[in-house]
Amino acid sequence: MSVKISVTINGKKYTSQVEPRQLLVYYLREALSLTGAHVGCDTSSCGACTVLIDGNAVKSCTTLAVQVDGTQVTTVEGLAKNGTLHPIQEGFRQEHGLQCGFCTPGMIMSAADLLQNNPNPSETEIRHALEGNFCRCTGYHNIVRSIQWAAKKLQETNAAVL
Amino acid sequence: MIPANFEYHRAGSVDEALSLLATHDGNAKVLSGGHSLIPALKLRLNQPAALVDIARIAALRYIRQDGNHIAIGAASTHKDIATSALLAQHLSMMPQAAGMIGDPQVRNVGTIGGSIAHADPAADWPGVLLAADAEIVLQSASGKRSLAAQDFFLGFFTTALAEGELVTEIRIPIPAAGTKSTYQKFSQPASRFAIVGCAAVVQVSNGTCSHVRVAFNGVSDSCFRDGNVEKALEGKAATAENIAAAAAQAAQGVSILSDHYAAEDYRTHLAQVFAKRALSAVAG
Repeated sequence: MSVKISVTINGKKYTSQVEPRQLLVYYLREALSLTGAHVGCDTSSCGACTVLIDGNAVKSCTTLAVQVDGTQVTTVEGLAKNGTLHPIQEGFRQEHGLQCGFCTPGMIMSAADLLQNNPNPSETEIRHALEGNFCRCTGYHNIVRSIQWAAKKLQETNAAVL
Repeated sequence: MIPANFEYHRAGSVDEALSLLATHDGNAKVLSGGHSLIPALKLRLNQPAALVDIARIAALRYIRQDGNHIAIGAASTHKDIATSALLAQHLSMMPQAAGMIGDPQVRNVGTIGGSIAHADPAADWPGVLLAADAEIVLQSASGKRSLAAQDFFLGFFTTALAEGELVTEIRIPIPAAGTKSTYQKFSQPASRFAIVGCAAVVQVSNGTCSHVRVAFNGVSDSCFRDGNVEKALEGKAATAENIAAAAAQAAQGVSILSDHYAAEDYRTHLAQVFAKRALSAVAG
């Protein structure tokens, strides 16, 4: 028996009938064609599926679509505004924070959660904040630099993360 | 991986949740953060007929002082506990342990009630609650009862939680002034579950240790309080020699887990190392 959900994703309201067992990541990718959240390990370890639910980073492979009824979800597609990359995305570009790119959307969403709560994190704090995100290219050094770049940019421009 | 079909019900209150659980007569599972349950559903280790979602019951999400206890609502997230000033003031191992669970994404939604109801032997809360002398409050359609943590955790993924019962609150006695607590763990690098986790609570007054509590996660098929270590330090001077001698008693007389992360002898060694680290942090 399907259930009706209403959820605001990247500022746009969606109303859908979903099966209770449908995972959020498949709802985003298959029902809405928002393919930024990736299915990596599918066991809530790798973090490639990370999205924000009411501003908090959550693994969408371990969340049911019915659980986000009535919430605000942000995916990586919701960060760029009017064709301009979000400072976190620009940071990954400037500091070469991606190689194959598979983990990147999850890394960026975890960074968004971090920078909302801690606008000026130390390198150690950034590394701890990324404990739930794996990069199999082992590009962590540049990922940390990318987030430092974004933190500086956001502070210089006095901009909110979301 | 896709779970088998189930019905979904979002409960607006504890009473509604209990009534839904009673209606399904043992065939419903409680959903909160879902970070223990959803992986089990995906692997089809569990195929309940229905899920009862309690995550939005505001009356189950609080951390407050209640007389000489701190009361924690079962739907409090690990993040809520990690950032609790009240717990940091009275029993710092609680926020410390909360901050070591999984990763930020897990801590944002995973709950203390869900973790203890699941009772994974490598989870962090069970041993911490044993060392804290916590009581677990359980509620069903027929009433409420309270169990000491020692009587709640029965074994490998097994608790005293009955069909139709819900964990509603965790109650922690506020320790006497001068009591220190810590949680030290050696974690599996991907999941961050405990290979060995050691919780320790000690009151040191005039250089003497009392109220010694030492409990482990990850070492055996269930969390356990280590009476040998506790007895070895209780009433003794808080010296490095006494701490080392007590820690050397760790994990004796229990069956030790052995897996591809840590063989039995290595896990036993780690239990001794982490008991020493934990006791040094609170009594050193």
